[in-house]
Amino acid sequence: MVNTNDILETIRMITDENLDVRTVTMGISLLECADPDPRTACEKIYKKITTCAERLVDVVDNISTSYGIPIVNKRISVTPIAMLLAACPDADPVWFAKTLDAAAKKVGVNFIGGFSALVQKGFSAGDKALINAIPEALANTDFVCSSVNIGSTKAGINMDAVAMMGPVIRRAAELTADNNCLGAAKLVVFCNAVEDNPFMAGAFHGVGEPDCCVHVGVSGPGAVRAALAKLPKDAPLDDVAELVKRTAFKITRMGQLVGELAAKELDVPFGIVDLSLAPTPAIGDSVARVLEEMGLECCGGYGTTAALALLNDAVKKGGVMASGNVGGLSGAFIPVSEDEGMIAATEAGVLTLNKLEAMTAVCSVGLDMVVVPGDTPADVLSAMIADEAAIGMINTKTTAVRVIPAIGKQMGERLDFGGLLGYGPVMPVNMSSPSVFVHRGGRIPAPLQALKN
Amino acid sequence: MKAVITVVGTDQVGILAQVSNACAQANVNVLEVSQNILGGNFAMIMLVDIAHCQIEYPKFIEILAQKGKELGVDIHVTRQEVFDAMHRI
Repeated sequence: MVNTNDILETIRMITDENLDVRTVTMGISLLECADPDPRTACEKIYKKITTCAERLVDVVDNISTSYGIPIVNKRISVTPIAMLLAACPDADPVWFAKTLDAAAKKVGVNFIGGFSALVQKGFSAGDKALINAIPEALANTDFVCSSVNIGSTKAGINMDAVAMMGPVIRRAAELTADNNCLGAAKLVVFCNAVEDNPFMAGAFHGVGEPDCCVHVGVSGPGAVRAALAKLPKDAPLDDVAELVKRTAFKITRMGQLVGELAAKELDVPFGIVDLSLAPTPAIGDSVARVLEEMGLECCGGYGTTAALALLNDAVKKGGVMASGNVGGLSGAFIPVSEDEGMIAATEAGVLTLNKLEAMTAVCSVGLDMVVVPGDTPADVLSAMIADEAAIGMINTKTTAVRVIPAIGKQMGERLDFGGLLGYGPVMPVNMSSPSVFVHRGGRIPAPLQALKN
Repeated sequence: MKAVITVVGTDQVGILAQVSNACAQANVNVLEVSQNILGGNFAMIMLVDIAHCQIEYPKFIEILAQKGKELGVDIHVTRQEVFDAMHRI
């Protein structure tokens, strides 16, 4: 039998430290559903999704019960819908969003990602129509998530797309103002988007992926924090990194097991395990608290970026040994409203947008679930996207912006999304105008880092 | 097919008897038992063979969880593969 202490440690991680598999996400290719007639295309999409994912929820729930592993979400990612719109450029993209929503409801998943466009180097047929329709699509559906890739290290930054996305984010928030501006929380703007991301709102099924596969996203900041709490406060950071690696290894192995079981049961290839530390608003399940456990008084103070860099790297090193199929975003997430410690640090005024921007240079993604004042101009949002994209482009990493303008709200107020999305206080934003820069349009050329061949 | 039943809580008369009784009723064979008192906390770990379980496995898990509630202890049933994956390279 396995060592008694190991067994008790695992049980404690699950029961007291919120260890779970955050998501099992089925990636489904919709390329074969393209059709000049949008009605036929939507019918094919609905049929393909409901056929491939028919057993997804049952199988995953069954694994969760039988193996004693909490699995929180079941989700679907699909081919970027802009590619299907290319075949029928006059179609209303919102139809496609409603079709995705209906299919998600039919199979019982809680999010479907892929109302997306990849425009890092320019727009092709269908891309602009899709981007312009995002606010309406998100306001008229419940489970659809949207993402747009506006830059990459290889292509540079498409500033025409950046200029479009500021107003799109604002509009998405305005159309859902009576529902905590939720539309903007389901929209991510990426630089260096990955094609096998299992996490929402940015998941889509890349064209290089198989027809259908399952990805797993693990979680476990609570378990990492609890492990670090047992380390003496004068232990050197080498020991901290080692302990994070060991814990990340265990967490990832659980994800790998679930992925293998789900793929076998569903008879589809196993995609990837995303080696992630994904927080939740639950007390203790916080990346900010992990950083504080390392010795910071409050997340957001000096030292935060260094601590996060150590954490992010150690999570990858521990995880990569535990899984043969590593992919996705893989690292520590810093979604403000979804992280109890970050919410507290923001309310205390210690964690600011400036610090978050620095943190995005060393974490797995970018500015995530940040609530900004309702009167933040669209140009400022676009410039925020450009800055994040620049960090991603130069550092050859994924960066993203998921900010939520709190329509009608100001500093001191907050948006409460409920559930895993949590709640976020409105954060102060530098309103100095970047309008001329944003509206120059064109492309920021790809950096030298792109020339690797 | 093996599973590990963990029981954590305050020590009291009859915990082992009640859990093994529930196993016997489901035709689940107990292979190994180890128990410790750690700082007043009772921790029992039981390795069982569930290959011949005569009731549906999720139902068996539910019965044990219910038994835990009655006794005021936490009972979890986890497949052995989970521990093998997490703690063995």
